Amino acid sequence: MTIDWNNFTPWTSLSGGILLGLASAAFILLNGRILGISGIIGGLFSPKSGDVGWRLSFVLGMLAAPLLYFAVAGPTAVRIDAGWATLIVAGLLVGVGTRFGSGCTSGHGVCGLSRLSPRSLMATLAFMGAGFVTVYLVRHALAV
Amino acid sequence: MKHRISEFAVGLIFGIGLILSGMTDPGKVLGFLDLFGAWDPSLALVMGGAILVGIFAFALAKRRTTTFFGGALQLPNSNDIDKRLLVGSLLFGAGWGLAGFCPGPAIVSLGAGQPKAAVFVLAMLVGMVLFEWSERRGQGLGAQQGR
Repeated sequence: MTIDWNNFTPWTSLSGGILLGLASAAFILLNGRILGISGIIGGLFSPKSGDVGWRLSFVLGMLAAPLLYFAVAGPTAVRIDAGWATLIVAGLLVGVGTRFGSGCTSGHGVCGLSRLSPRSLMATLAFMGAGFVTVYLVRHALAV
Repeated sequence: MKHRISEFAVGLIFGIGLILSGMTDPGKVLGFLDLFGAWDPSLALVMGGAILVGIFAFALAKRRTTTFFGGALQLPNSNDIDKRLLVGSLLFGAGWGLAGFCPGPAIVSLGAGQPKAAVFVLAMLVGMVLFEWSERRGQGLGAQQGR
């Protein structure tokens, strides 16, 4: 393992993370809900009356974020190397997996760990582990 | 109405946090997951920063039954570490490691107009629908465990 000092961004990562924490804090203390994206979106597929509006408002806010960000700070460069087939398989895995697992990096990783949930700790270890193994296989072992 | 505005604002702040921290860049996320390559520790600081704030917020939330707006506040109370949780999380992690996208960043990237994010989100939504379908047919993992 070598540290990628060229791409390591300690200060923006920390500040961005703090914003994520503040948003999660606001969501639980003002809205009484766990800020878990897979749960917020997933719940749209078994809608109960009165349970849809807040989900859509929240997602709209997320969709609007780049518009605001780019207007103030300019566009950010991203690298999406995955091909279309990989994106589809990945999306399916994430969609199915987050629902069976009852959460993702925001729900389990941020909110769950913040509230010291053993369930979320196990989930986080599992998806982190699977992420590490997958990248190892793709980039090093199988070199696809 | 004030709730819709606050929900929108929280989504906005969360999205901005994702962009600022670099989490909407799959290349950066995969750089963290690439332990055996050139390892970018940034994601650890993102999570660390979030949890640093979150710990205080949830410690406070645990002691309340209502939100500051007076609405209901109930934290999840399931304690089962079961097959669903673990298998689901493993599947999620595999998908995450394939494309470097998880749900939040994918949505924000969709908002930024990235066609590849749109494909991922579409597939993710299909996956979620498949889950719902499986649950309703009673053939999901949950049913097999007799839950």
